[in-house]
Amino acid sequence: MPPSTSSDLTLSVNGEKYTLTVDHRTTLLDALRERLDLTGTKKGCDQGQCGACTVLVDGRRAVSCLQLAVAAEGREITTIEGVAEGDQLHPVQQAFLDLDGFQCGYCTPGQICSAIALIEEHAAGWPSAATDDLRPEAGPPPLTPGEIRERMSGNLCRCGAYVSIVQAVARAAEAKGAAA
Amino acid sequence: MREFGYQRAYDVSGAVALLDGDGEARFLGGGTNLVDLMKTGVERPARLVDVRDLPLDHIEPTGDGGLRIGATVTNSDLAAHPEVRRRYPALAQAVLAGASGQLRNMATVGGNLLQRTRCGYFADVTSACNKRNPGSGCPAITGEHHNHAILGASDHCVATHPSDMGVALAAFDAVVSYETADGPGELPLADFYLPVGETPHLETALPPGALITGVTLPPTPVAANSRYRKVRERASYAFAIGSIAAALDVEDGAVRDVRLAFGAVASRPWRARAAERALLGAPADAENFAAAADAELAHAKPLPHNGYKVTLMRNLVVAVLSELAEEATR
Repeated sequence: MPPSTSSDLTLSVNGEKYTLTVDHRTTLLDALRERLDLTGTKKGCDQGQCGACTVLVDGRRAVSCLQLAVAAEGREITTIEGVAEGDQLHPVQQAFLDLDGFQCGYCTPGQICSAIALIEEHAAGWPSAATDDLRPEAGPPPLTPGEIRERMSGNLCRCGAYVSIVQAVARAAEAKGAAA
Repeated sequence: MREFGYQRAYDVSGAVALLDGDGEARFLGGGTNLVDLMKTGVERPARLVDVRDLPLDHIEPTGDGGLRIGATVTNSDLAAHPEVRRRYPALAQAVLAGASGQLRNMATVGGNLLQRTRCGYFADVTSACNKRNPGSGCPAITGEHHNHAILGASDHCVATHPSDMGVALAAFDAVVSYETADGPGELPLADFYLPVGETPHLETALPPGALITGVTLPPTPVAANSRYRKVRERASYAFAIGSIAAALDVEDGAVRDVRLAFGAVASRPWRARAAERALLGAPADAENFAAAADAELAHAKPLPHNGYKVTLMRNLVVAVLSELAEEATR
């Protein structure tokens, strides 16, 4: 008998459980947008190259266009709809607003999810390709504009708002005492 | 995309049993390459066996002073690991030089080794490609090949292996462990990828149905003084047009130990053994570094539009070894 090509599953998104039946071909991105009506996560390239669909999976940033929904069962998904505390914007959201970290806004949910994770990764001591001294003893490198640009390179902005995106990430990181 | 069945495995023997040697089934790791290829129709599995929940997500020291890296360790965790950064810095740098933060969080070590070439003709199902459709031809040889192979290619395929991680693993003599229904096995990375020859569609020496369970790095003291350098067409988030993993130990001005591997120049991470042989015992200076690079690149067969890679790799060898020599004697 050929294997079933769909599954009943429960997705945990922004702290809520959603039960649905998905064709296995459904990506997490399409499940969020088309099935759960969580349209904050954007579809850009749909091939893992632009970062517009970035969400957090178990707290780590990931591109939801290359994540199968069925393989996301059992993981905690956070989308842009879940980063604020009620009416209180996440500090990264506030920094993007204050510093105009966007123009058209299409890449912004992905940029913000990516930046939230970036700040956590940096705080955990993760180096990047821009880090000169990789030795763990050296500690986390200063979060310079060069470090931010490298760590955000998976998020493209066709409007070219990069200058203010870097400033917004730096300001949000500063609030956590991380920026250079 | 073709419809497919999905099963999740929770232990190694269960994963191998679920796959059951089925040629139409694939193991699913992070999916960053496989899911992409399924969308374009290059891969058309009837069934996926998800291995992300296998207990293979650890990095542990081996008894002899090496490191054992589990197959489902993510690129991010590999690059952030203190012992990798301390003892094999070129490996951490190589991983960090690849993809983006998002993709490194998803991608796994096992999947990284098995990722497919980014040759545009391979990715385009309307095009001929001996790797995707054996016997159909290789349009790259007379077409767009500015980022194709200069070493070890054949008249049947000139595609390159895209991994950065694999280049550092090749330099450090990594050994790939796998599990089959008949028991476990091992393959040195040097024997893991098959020569291109007339069968570019056969990429690895893994037995059918085998699951990669991990990669072991032998103790390699010289690796503590190592570096990965990647040249690409933009500053970040792009595949290499040439890269190098190098490690160097210098004593009294002479090369005591050296490791060299090249990326983006061949169908596999290219261990530069001819260059290493030329360097052992020789004075650690730019002249010898260049001569060693020439020894390796003497067998290069560039195509009309990728001859720049010969010069690029020569310059990379000289630059990176010169830096390492200075640091080794500081």
